[in-house]
Amino acid sequence: MAITSIKTGSSFKNLIKYNDFLAGNAAFQPTAYESIATVTVGAGGSSTITFSSIPSTYQHLQIRGIIKSSRTGSARNDLIIKLNGSSTTYAHHQLYGDGASAAALGTASTTQGLLGINCVPSSGYTSQFGVVVADILDYANTNKNKTIRSLAGTDNNGAGFTSLSSALWYATPVAVTSIDLTVDGAYNFEQYTKFGLFGIKGA
Amino acid sequence: MAAGATYFPIATTTLGSATATVTFSSISGSYTDLVLVENGQSSTGGSYTRIRFNSDTGSNYSATYLYGNGTAAGSDRYSNMTFIPVAYVASVETNFNHNTIINIQNYSNSTTYKTVLARSNNAATATDAAVGLWRSTSAITSIEYYLNSGSWAIGSTFTLYGIEYA
Repeated sequence: MAITSIKTGSSFKNLIKYNDFLAGNAAFQPTAYESIATVTVGAGGSSTITFSSIPSTYQHLQIRGIIKSSRTGSARNDLIIKLNGSSTTYAHHQLYGDGASAAALGTASTTQGLLGINCVPSSGYTSQFGVVVADILDYANTNKNKTIRSLAGTDNNGAGFTSLSSALWYATPVAVTSIDLTVDGAYNFEQYTKFGLFGIKGA
Repeated sequence: MAAGATYFPIATTTLGSATATVTFSSISGSYTDLVLVENGQSSTGGSYTRIRFNSDTGSNYSATYLYGNGTAAGSDRYSNMTFIPVAYVASVETNFNHNTIINIQNYSNSTTYKTVLARSNNAATATDAAVGLWRSTSAITSIEYYLNSGSWAIGSTFTLYGIEYA
Protein backbone atom coordinates (compact mmCIF):
# COMPACT_ATOMS: atom_id res chain seq x y z
CA MET A 1 0.00 0.00 0.00
CA ALA A 2 1.42 3.39 -0.97
CA ILE A 3 1.43 6.37 1.36
CA THR A 4 0.46 9.48 -0.58
CA SER A 5 0.01 12.02 2.19
CA ILE A 6 1.79 12.66 5.50
CA LYS A 7 0.59 15.38 7.87
CA THR A 8 2.87 17.63 9.85
CA GLY A 9 3.62 16.10 13.18
CA SER A 10 3.00 12.63 11.98
CA SER A 11 4.89 9.89 13.71
CA PHE A 12 6.05 8.69 10.30
CA LYS A 13 9.45 10.24 9.71
CA ASN A 14 11.75 10.34 6.70
CA LEU A 15 9.23 8.82 4.34
CA ILE A 16 9.03 9.71 0.67
CA LYS A 17 5.87 11.31 -0.59
CA TYR A 18 4.80 10.13 -4.03
CA ASN A 19 2.24 11.80 -6.20
CA ASP A 20 1.80 8.56 -8.12
CA PHE A 21 -0.79 6.38 -6.44
CA LEU A 22 0.90 3.25 -7.81
CA ALA A 23 4.22 4.03 -6.17
CA GLY A 24 5.10 1.59 -3.45
CA ASN A 25 2.81 -1.07 -4.83
CA ALA A 26 3.95 -4.18 -6.59
CA ALA A 27 4.16 -3.77 -10.35
CA PHE A 28 1.13 -5.13 -12.20
CA GLN A 29 2.11 -8.13 -14.26
CA PRO A 30 -0.65 -9.38 -16.51
CA THR A 31 -0.56 -13.11 -17.05
CA ALA A 32 -0.68 -14.75 -20.43
CA TYR A 33 -3.59 -17.03 -19.56
CA GLU A 34 -7.12 -15.65 -19.75
CA SER A 35 -10.57 -17.09 -19.28
CA ILE A 36 -12.65 -16.60 -22.44
CA ALA A 37 -15.93 -18.30 -21.57
CA THR A 38 -17.49 -20.88 -19.26
CA VAL A 39 -20.50 -23.14 -19.77
CA THR A 40 -22.22 -25.03 -16.95
CA VAL A 41 -24.98 -27.42 -17.96
CA GLY A 42 -28.29 -26.92 -16.21
CA ALA A 43 -30.93 -29.34 -14.97
CA GLY A 44 -32.30 -30.08 -18.43
CA GLY A 45 -29.00 -31.33 -19.84
CA SER A 46 -27.49 -30.30 -23.15
CA SER A 47 -26.61 -32.13 -26.36
CA THR A 48 -23.88 -29.75 -27.53
CA ILE A 49 -21.64 -27.23 -25.83
CA THR A 50 -20.60 -24.49 -28.23
CA PHE A 51 -17.99 -21.81 -27.82
CA SER A 52 -18.54 -19.30 -30.63
CA SER A 53 -17.09 -15.97 -31.76
CA ILE A 54 -13.70 -16.95 -30.40
CA PRO A 55 -11.33 -14.01 -30.86
CA SER A 56 -8.04 -14.53 -32.69
CA THR A 57 -6.05 -12.58 -30.13
CA TYR A 58 -4.37 -15.55 -28.47
CA GLN A 59 -1.69 -17.99 -29.54
CA HIS A 60 -3.28 -21.15 -28.16
CA LEU A 61 -6.55 -22.26 -26.61
CA GLN A 62 -7.13 -24.58 -23.69
CA ILE A 63 -10.33 -26.40 -22.76
CA ARG A 64 -10.80 -27.62 -19.20
CA GLY A 65 -13.83 -29.42 -17.92
CA ILE A 66 -15.72 -31.98 -15.88
CA ILE A 67 -18.16 -34.23 -17.72
CA LYS A 68 -21.08 -36.56 -17.14
CA SER A 69 -23.25 -38.03 -19.88
CA SER A 70 -26.88 -39.13 -19.98
CA ARG A 71 -25.90 -42.66 -20.96
CA THR A 72 -27.16 -45.44 -18.70
CA GLY A 73 -25.22 -48.59 -17.94
CA SER A 74 -21.54 -48.79 -17.23
CA ALA A 75 -19.90 -47.85 -20.57
CA ARG A 76 -18.01 -44.61 -20.85
CA ASN A 77 -17.90 -42.50 -23.98
CA ASP A 78 -15.38 -40.24 -25.62
CA LEU A 79 -15.67 -36.49 -25.60
CA ILE A 80 -15.97 -35.26 -29.21
CA ILE A 81 -14.71 -31.99 -30.65
CA LYS A 82 -15.55 -30.27 -33.93
CA LEU A 83 -14.08 -26.99 -35.11
CA ASN A 84 -15.96 -24.26 -36.98
CA GLY A 85 -18.94 -26.59 -37.31
CA SER A 86 -17.05 -28.87 -39.68
CA SER A 87 -17.83 -32.59 -39.89
CA THR A 88 -15.08 -33.52 -42.32
CA THR A 89 -11.31 -33.94 -42.51
CA TYR A 90 -10.33 -35.00 -39.01
CA ALA A 91 -7.78 -37.53 -37.85
CA HIS A 92 -7.17 -38.74 -34.33
CA HIS A 93 -5.11 -41.17 -32.31
CA GLN A 94 -5.44 -42.23 -28.71
CA LEU A 95 -3.46 -44.20 -26.14
CA TYR A 96 -5.60 -45.35 -23.24
CA GLY A 97 -5.63 -47.59 -20.23
CA ASP A 98 -8.61 -49.27 -18.59
CA GLY A 99 -6.94 -50.28 -15.36
CA ALA A 100 -5.83 -53.65 -16.71
CA SER A 101 -4.02 -53.00 -19.97
CA ALA A 102 -3.02 -50.25 -22.38
CA ALA A 103 -4.37 -50.01 -25.92
CA ALA A 104 -4.39 -47.62 -28.85
CA LEU A 105 -6.79 -46.55 -31.56
CA GLY A 106 -6.73 -44.12 -34.42
CA THR A 107 -7.96 -43.13 -37.84
CA ALA A 108 -6.62 -40.88 -40.57
CA SER A 109 -9.94 -39.70 -41.95
CA THR A 110 -13.06 -39.18 -39.91
CA THR A 111 -15.81 -36.74 -39.06
CA GLN A 112 -14.70 -35.60 -35.61
CA GLY A 113 -11.84 -35.38 -33.16
CA LEU A 114 -11.58 -37.35 -29.91
CA LEU A 115 -10.59 -35.67 -26.66
CA GLY A 116 -10.52 -38.78 -24.49
CA ILE A 117 -12.63 -41.31 -22.65
CA ASN A 118 -14.15 -39.29 -19.87
CA CYS A 119 -17.93 -39.13 -20.23
CA VAL A 120 -19.19 -40.86 -17.09
CA PRO A 121 -22.62 -42.49 -17.42
CA SER A 122 -25.41 -41.01 -15.37
CA SER A 123 -26.55 -44.19 -13.68
CA GLY A 124 -24.64 -45.68 -10.77
CA TYR A 125 -22.00 -42.98 -10.53
CA THR A 126 -23.54 -40.37 -8.29
CA SER A 127 -21.47 -37.19 -8.05
CA GLN A 128 -18.71 -38.66 -10.26
CA PHE A 129 -17.47 -36.76 -13.30
CA GLY A 130 -14.81 -37.32 -15.91
CA VAL A 131 -12.22 -34.67 -16.61
CA VAL A 132 -10.30 -33.22 -19.54
CA VAL A 133 -7.54 -30.72 -20.24
CA ALA A 134 -7.09 -30.12 -23.99
CA ASP A 135 -4.86 -27.71 -25.91
CA ILE A 136 -5.61 -26.36 -29.39
CA LEU A 137 -2.33 -25.08 -30.78
CA ASP A 138 -1.94 -22.09 -33.11
CA TYR A 139 -5.71 -22.04 -33.50
CA ALA A 140 -5.79 -18.66 -35.27
CA ASN A 141 -3.13 -19.47 -37.85
CA THR A 142 -4.46 -19.49 -41.41
CA ASN A 143 -1.57 -21.51 -42.84
CA LYS A 144 -1.59 -24.56 -40.60
CA ASN A 145 -3.81 -27.53 -40.01
CA LYS A 146 -5.07 -27.49 -36.43
CA THR A 147 -3.68 -29.93 -33.91
CA ILE A 148 -5.13 -30.76 -30.52
CA ARG A 149 -3.69 -32.72 -27.65
CA SER A 150 -5.56 -33.80 -24.54
CA LEU A 151 -5.25 -35.60 -21.24
CA ALA A 152 -8.53 -37.01 -20.02
CA GLY A 153 -10.09 -39.72 -17.98
CA THR A 154 -12.46 -40.89 -15.33
CA ASP A 155 -11.89 -42.98 -12.27
CA ASN A 156 -14.88 -44.54 -10.54
CA ASN A 157 -13.28 -46.57 -7.76
CA GLY A 158 -12.95 -49.85 -9.56
CA ALA A 159 -13.59 -48.76 -13.11
CA GLY A 160 -12.48 -46.05 -15.48
CA PHE A 161 -10.03 -44.95 -18.12
CA THR A 162 -7.02 -42.71 -18.54
CA SER A 163 -6.32 -41.48 -22.06
CA LEU A 164 -3.86 -39.40 -24.03
CA SER A 165 -5.28 -38.18 -27.33
CA SER A 166 -4.29 -36.18 -30.36
CA ALA A 167 -6.58 -34.82 -33.04
CA LEU A 168 -5.97 -33.09 -36.34
CA TRP A 169 -8.35 -30.96 -38.39
CA TYR A 170 -6.84 -30.82 -41.87
CA ALA A 171 -9.40 -28.81 -43.75
CA THR A 172 -8.18 -25.80 -45.72
CA PRO A 173 -6.46 -23.83 -42.93
CA VAL A 174 -8.58 -21.14 -41.33
CA ALA A 175 -8.69 -19.63 -37.88
CA VAL A 176 -10.77 -21.54 -35.37
CA THR A 177 -13.70 -19.34 -34.40
CA SER A 178 -16.06 -21.88 -32.87
CA ILE A 179 -15.79 -25.17 -30.98
CA ASP A 180 -18.53 -27.78 -30.54
CA LEU A 181 -18.25 -30.41 -27.82
CA THR A 182 -20.51 -33.46 -27.73
CA VAL A 183 -20.66 -36.92 -26.18
CA ASP A 184 -19.83 -39.72 -28.62
CA GLY A 185 -22.97 -41.72 -29.31
CA ALA A 186 -25.17 -38.60 -29.25
CA TYR A 187 -25.86 -38.68 -25.52
CA ASN A 188 -26.52 -35.48 -23.61
CA PHE A 189 -24.26 -33.74 -21.15
CA GLU A 190 -25.80 -34.03 -17.70
CA GLN A 191 -26.30 -31.27 -15.14
CA TYR A 192 -23.15 -29.80 -13.58
CA THR A 193 -21.03 -30.69 -16.59
CA LYS A 194 -18.77 -27.68 -16.89
CA PHE A 195 -16.33 -26.46 -19.55
CA GLY A 196 -14.03 -23.47 -19.53
CA LEU A 197 -12.33 -22.04 -22.62
CA PHE A 198 -9.05 -20.26 -22.01
CA GLY A 199 -6.74 -18.24 -24.21
CA ILE A 200 -2.96 -18.32 -23.91
CA LYS A 201 -1.15 -15.29 -25.30
CA GLY A 202 1.99 -15.28 -27.36
CA ALA A 203 4.78 -12.78 -26.84
CA MET B 1 -15.50 -11.99 -24.01
CA ALA B 2 -12.34 -12.63 -22.03
CA ALA B 3 -12.54 -12.00 -18.33
CA GLY B 4 -8.86 -11.16 -18.01
CA ALA B 5 -5.97 -12.88 -16.36
CA THR B 6 -7.02 -15.99 -14.53
CA TYR B 7 -4.01 -18.24 -13.79
CA PHE B 8 -2.51 -17.26 -10.46
CA PRO B 9 0.27 -18.62 -8.27
CA ILE B 10 -1.09 -19.36 -4.81
CA ALA B 11 2.02 -20.63 -3.07
CA THR B 12 5.51 -21.89 -3.85
CA THR B 13 7.75 -23.98 -1.64
CA THR B 14 11.42 -24.76 -2.17
CA LEU B 15 12.51 -27.13 0.52
CA GLY B 16 15.40 -26.01 2.70
CA SER B 17 15.42 -29.28 4.57
CA ALA B 18 14.19 -32.81 3.91
CA THR B 19 10.42 -32.87 4.39
CA ALA B 20 8.11 -35.86 4.54
CA THR B 21 4.91 -34.07 3.58
CA VAL B 22 4.39 -30.81 1.71
CA THR B 23 1.13 -29.22 2.80
CA PHE B 24 -0.86 -26.45 1.20
CA SER B 25 -3.48 -25.29 3.67
CA SER B 26 -6.16 -22.63 3.96
CA ILE B 27 -6.80 -22.83 0.23
CA SER B 28 -9.49 -20.35 -0.64
CA GLY B 29 -12.48 -21.23 -2.79
CA SER B 30 -11.81 -18.34 -5.13
CA TYR B 31 -10.77 -20.47 -8.08
CA THR B 32 -12.33 -23.28 -10.10
CA ASP B 33 -9.31 -25.53 -10.72
CA LEU B 34 -6.00 -26.01 -8.97
CA VAL B 35 -2.73 -27.03 -10.59
CA LEU B 36 0.12 -28.43 -8.51
CA VAL B 37 3.55 -28.49 -10.14
CA GLU B 38 6.32 -30.54 -8.56
CA ASN B 39 9.99 -30.97 -9.49
CA GLY B 40 11.55 -33.03 -6.77
CA GLN B 41 13.80 -35.77 -5.60
CA SER B 42 13.52 -38.13 -2.68
CA SER B 43 15.98 -38.69 0.11
CA THR B 44 15.97 -42.44 -0.46
CA GLY B 45 14.98 -42.97 -4.10
CA GLY B 46 12.39 -45.21 -5.66
CA SER B 47 9.47 -43.46 -4.02
CA TYR B 48 5.92 -43.08 -5.21
CA THR B 49 3.97 -39.87 -4.75
CA ARG B 50 0.66 -39.60 -2.99
CA ILE B 51 -1.90 -36.86 -2.55
CA ARG B 52 -4.55 -36.48 0.10
CA PHE B 53 -7.19 -33.79 0.59
CA ASN B 54 -8.54 -32.09 3.72
CA SER B 55 -6.61 -34.60 5.89
CA ASP B 56 -9.18 -37.27 5.01
CA THR B 57 -7.56 -40.61 5.88
CA GLY B 58 -10.61 -42.71 4.99
CA SER B 59 -10.62 -45.22 2.14
CA ASN B 60 -12.20 -42.69 -0.18
CA TYR B 61 -9.61 -42.48 -2.94
CA SER B 62 -8.91 -44.38 -6.14
CA ALA B 63 -6.92 -44.05 -9.36
CA THR B 64 -6.49 -45.46 -12.87
CA TYR B 65 -3.10 -45.38 -14.58
CA LEU B 66 -1.58 -45.44 -18.01
CA TYR B 67 2.18 -45.82 -18.16
CA GLY B 68 5.19 -46.68 -20.26
CA ASN B 69 8.45 -47.90 -18.78
CA GLY B 70 10.69 -47.97 -21.82
CA THR B 71 9.79 -51.46 -22.93
CA ALA B 72 6.01 -51.69 -22.62
CA ALA B 73 2.84 -49.71 -22.03
CA GLY B 74 0.42 -50.77 -19.34
CA SER B 75 -2.46 -49.76 -17.16
CA ASP B 76 -3.34 -50.43 -13.55
CA ARG B 77 -5.84 -49.40 -10.91
CA TYR B 78 -6.08 -48.85 -7.17
CA SER B 79 -9.45 -48.74 -5.40
CA ASN B 80 -10.57 -47.82 -1.88
CA MET B 81 -7.24 -46.23 -1.03
CA THR B 82 -6.50 -43.78 1.78
CA PHE B 83 -4.74 -41.49 -0.75
CA ILE B 84 -4.48 -41.03 -4.50
CA PRO B 85 -1.25 -42.67 -5.68
CA VAL B 86 -0.16 -40.03 -8.20
CA ALA B 87 3.16 -41.11 -9.69
CA TYR B 88 2.90 -44.85 -10.12
CA VAL B 89 5.71 -46.08 -12.38
CA ALA B 90 7.52 -42.77 -12.81
CA SER B 91 8.94 -42.88 -9.31
CA VAL B 92 10.92 -40.19 -7.53
CA GLU B 93 14.66 -40.88 -7.48
CA THR B 94 17.64 -39.28 -5.77
CA ASN B 95 18.10 -36.78 -8.55
CA PHE B 96 15.89 -34.06 -9.93
CA ASN B 97 14.63 -35.89 -12.99
CA HIS B 98 11.12 -36.24 -11.62
CA ASN B 99 8.25 -33.90 -12.33
CA THR B 100 4.51 -34.07 -11.90
CA ILE B 101 1.72 -31.71 -12.88
CA ILE B 102 -1.59 -32.40 -11.14
CA ASN B 103 -4.84 -30.78 -12.31
CA ILE B 104 -7.46 -30.73 -9.57
CA GLN B 105 -10.72 -29.95 -11.34
CA ASN B 106 -13.60 -28.05 -9.75
CA TYR B 107 -12.00 -28.38 -6.34
CA SER B 108 -14.17 -25.82 -4.60
CA ASN B 109 -17.66 -26.97 -5.55
CA SER B 110 -19.79 -28.86 -3.05
CA THR B 111 -21.79 -30.87 -5.60
CA THR B 112 -19.37 -33.27 -7.23
CA TYR B 113 -16.71 -35.69 -6.13
CA LYS B 114 -13.24 -34.40 -6.93
CA THR B 115 -11.32 -35.80 -9.87
CA VAL B 116 -7.67 -35.09 -10.65
CA LEU B 117 -5.57 -35.52 -13.77
CA ALA B 118 -1.85 -36.06 -13.34
CA ARG B 119 1.14 -36.49 -15.64
CA SER B 120 4.36 -37.67 -14.08
CA ASN B 121 7.75 -38.17 -15.65
CA ASN B 122 11.02 -39.71 -14.67
CA ALA B 123 13.13 -39.54 -17.78
CA ALA B 124 15.39 -42.29 -16.47
CA THR B 125 12.64 -44.81 -15.82
CA ALA B 126 9.11 -44.14 -16.98
CA THR B 127 6.27 -41.77 -17.77
CA ASP B 128 2.69 -42.08 -16.63
CA ALA B 129 -0.72 -40.48 -16.67
CA ALA B 130 -3.25 -40.90 -13.92
CA VAL B 131 -6.80 -39.98 -13.15
CA GLY B 132 -7.72 -40.03 -9.49
CA LEU B 133 -10.94 -39.72 -7.55
CA TRP B 134 -11.70 -38.44 -4.06
CA ARG B 135 -15.19 -39.51 -3.13
CA SER B 136 -16.19 -36.37 -1.28
CA THR B 137 -18.31 -33.39 -2.20
CA SER B 138 -16.42 -31.15 0.22
CA ALA B 139 -14.50 -28.22 -1.15
CA ILE B 140 -10.78 -28.87 -1.01
CA THR B 141 -9.13 -26.56 1.49
CA SER B 142 -5.87 -28.39 2.10
CA ILE B 143 -3.54 -30.65 0.14
CA GLU B 144 -0.92 -33.04 1.47
CA TYR B 145 1.61 -34.28 -1.08
CA TYR B 146 4.03 -36.91 0.12
CA LEU B 147 6.03 -40.02 -0.69
CA ASN B 148 5.26 -43.61 0.20
CA SER B 149 8.59 -43.73 2.03
CA GLY B 150 11.35 -41.30 2.88
CA SER B 151 11.23 -37.57 2.44
CA TRP B 152 11.33 -34.95 -0.26
CA ALA B 153 14.91 -33.77 -0.51
CA ILE B 154 16.34 -30.29 -0.15
CA GLY B 155 15.73 -28.21 -3.26
CA SER B 156 12.51 -29.92 -4.26
CA THR B 157 10.03 -27.34 -5.52
CA PHE B 158 6.26 -27.27 -5.34
CA THR B 159 3.96 -24.57 -6.71
CA LEU B 160 0.20 -24.42 -6.41
CA TYR B 161 -1.73 -22.38 -8.96
CA GLY B 162 -5.37 -21.38 -9.08
CA ILE B 163 -7.39 -21.07 -12.29
CA GLU B 164 -10.51 -18.94 -12.23
CA TYR B 165 -13.19 -19.54 -14.86
CA ALA B 166 -15.04 -16.62 -16.43
